[in-house]
Amino acid sequence: MSILVNKQTKVICQGFTGKQGTFHSEQALAYGTQLVGGVTPGRGGEQHLGLPVFNTVAQAVRETGATASMIYVPAAGAADAILEAADAGIELAVCITEGVPVNDMVRVKAALAGSPMRLIGPNCPGVITPDECKIGIMPGFIHKKGTVGIVSRSGTLTYEAVYQTTRIGLGQSTCVGIGGDPVRGLNFVDVLELFERDPGTAGVILVGEIGGSDEEAAARYIHRFVSKPVVAYIAGVTAPAGKRMGHAGAIVAGGKGTAADKYAAFETAGVRTVKSPAELGSAMHDLLRRRRARAAARIAPRPAARPAVKAAAQPAAAKTRPARKSAAKRTAPTVAKKAAKKAAQKAVKRTARPARKTAGRKGRKR
Amino acid sequence: MNLHEYQAKEIFRKYGIPVPAGRPAGTPDEAVAAAKALGGSLWVVKAQVHAGGRGKAGGVKLARDLDAVRSAAAALLGTRLATKQTGPEGLPVEKVYVESGSQIEREIYLSLTLNREKGRISLIASSAGGMEIEEVAEKTPEQILTVTVHPAAGLQPFQARQLGFGLGLAGEQLKQFQHIALALYKLYLEQDASLIEINPLIVTRSGQLVALDAKFNIDANAVFRHPDLAKLRDPNQEDPMERRASEHELNYVSLDGDIACMVNGAGLAMATMDLIKLHGGEPANFLDVGGGATSERVTHAFKLILSNPKVRAVLVNIFGGIVRCDMIAEGVVKAVKSVGVKVPVVVRLEGTNAEKAREVLSGSGLTITAAADLTDAARKVVALAAGGAA
Repeated sequence: MSILVNKQTKVICQGFTGKQGTFHSEQALAYGTQLVGGVTPGRGGEQHLGLPVFNTVAQAVRETGATASMIYVPAAGAADAILEAADAGIELAVCITEGVPVNDMVRVKAALAGSPMRLIGPNCPGVITPDECKIGIMPGFIHKKGTVGIVSRSGTLTYEAVYQTTRIGLGQSTCVGIGGDPVRGLNFVDVLELFERDPGTAGVILVGEIGGSDEEAAARYIHRFVSKPVVAYIAGVTAPAGKRMGHAGAIVAGGKGTAADKYAAFETAGVRTVKSPAELGSAMHDLLRRRRARAAARIAPRPAARPAVKAAAQPAAAKTRPARKSAAKRTAPTVAKKAAKKAAQKAVKRTARPARKTAGRKGRKR
Repeated sequence: MNLHEYQAKEIFRKYGIPVPAGRPAGTPDEAVAAAKALGGSLWVVKAQVHAGGRGKAGGVKLARDLDAVRSAAAALLGTRLATKQTGPEGLPVEKVYVESGSQIEREIYLSLTLNREKGRISLIASSAGGMEIEEVAEKTPEQILTVTVHPAAGLQPFQARQLGFGLGLAGEQLKQFQHIALALYKLYLEQDASLIEINPLIVTRSGQLVALDAKFNIDANAVFRHPDLAKLRDPNQEDPMERRASEHELNYVSLDGDIACMVNGAGLAMATMDLIKLHGGEPANFLDVGGGATSERVTHAFKLILSNPKVRAVLVNIFGGIVRCDMIAEGVVKAVKSVGVKVPVVVRLEGTNAEKAREVLSGSGLTITAAADLTDAARKVVALAAGGAA
């Protein structure tokens, strides 16, 4: 399973015949993405990469049945392209374009408020469900089908997380690069909600960076609504205040948006944080292993109470229990305390989640 | 991109936002001529630098006669002004702004900027004018009034009135405030600002609202559609290293440490700085060579980071996606050979064609330290910078 895109997703490319559009369409086709055509105004009726070119997105949708669009048009036309996709009934638009004026995105965001279309980006690497659908500029070959959901504001750091989860054998359900601009489509919270609902996602790696307060919002959301293990990393601990670090949105302004604040928010929310991006994969592996061990321990003692299977079940219980204890010992009392806190939080979540969840959704729509 | 106060006030005038009469000057003589032309008997001579906090740093001088104007201009021009926002090295003062003095009755703060959480533009006002808004926000947040604008409707007069009444304005002053707020919003949109700040917006003794200071930043992504504003760019106010970097489409930020880094991708570039720090070193810079890095760009990047005399070691960290690692490796080898690098270089290459890249490096005959992974790279470069072995 996956979120947002899968092998059924029919994709068109806006800015299809341009240099970027052509290169990344070729890459998408080579990966196996169901790319069914593209749009370049004025070039309708032509063939490009063996696929039909349309003048408008509406026409492309009508003729091909596409539900997703990848946008490679230059910055000056990006807002227009996004709104054209929404108007044509596209369900998911992925805007890769870097350098879109912020005021354009303010308008786009307001215009999309009543639209069912989801937008990823702009200024993002895109979205990929391994072995099924690649929409974006990420290198396909580092991915592996699996169970970790990845959501990130940075392109190359997403690749680091992908590479590590591939090497450790976990693989990815879907990876979403939400982009480095201050005003964007999907945010951490939106993607976390999708991962939480996706049965194919066992855990989530979240990669944030300095600037804004979206990580803080994500931390609050995880605390209340996410039952799956989450590992978070924030880039920019050493970034000086008031300087834009490459991404338009990566800036500590007026003392707000520091990595320290974001780490604190995640730690308060009981999220596992790593201070080195090299530990993303191993931390996720560790959390998932512990969760499996806990689940096994929970199941094992029950049959032990029944006399008929007692003999068979006991060794299993004996195996799991000491393992847990030694793990707690190894990682000192603070971790044990954290685990207890997490368990308490989970208990709260389990009882209160359904009611709060609807309230939360309503709240965000308003 | 930032504008100088005198440039921002020129734009304010075009939008009907009241500012005191003033003229820029590049020499003490020009300053005296400006004061003469303005008339009156009280002038303010203000250093034109891209930073706030000029008043406290001695960059704003009162003059009651023309001799005082001359000596104030002479004292400022050709120097560097260090304020709280510039760092100790300060910024060069190449122009002063000579302005007619104002009789201040009251100081207000007014600004327009993006509210990132809402994805909308907010108009912010405070009766604590003249103070830094961050300080007000921290100590007396109740003094800060905010309205957020729906982009389809635009800033509404009622929102301006809400702030005006909140500031305790009434009658003619409220009308003036409403006019200024609406004009500022129009200016913000039409000129693609990312921040407009008036601190202070004053009420004069005669009851007029006047913008005494003006800060105007333009969204760098939108400069392409404002060629007239692009001409106002003052490269001398920018960090020389950062300016050189931007000429080669490199994203560079100077830092204080001694380990230079060259990375592809902004996120990974920040993470690399953090890793160096985590392992006990200090990063000398942020440098993102971008997704479309070519071997020429890598060479430029190398030259740039090595022109910093503090650098004692270099870390190259590339995750090849679309960019091929072997191509980067060739660029590194070429750069090391042509620039003559005297400090140790640690290279970590992963992703597309990483194997081939390692062959390029090991076959180059250069002493480049290869790193197995991120952690290994950080450890090695920190050890080498400290004068030890990798």
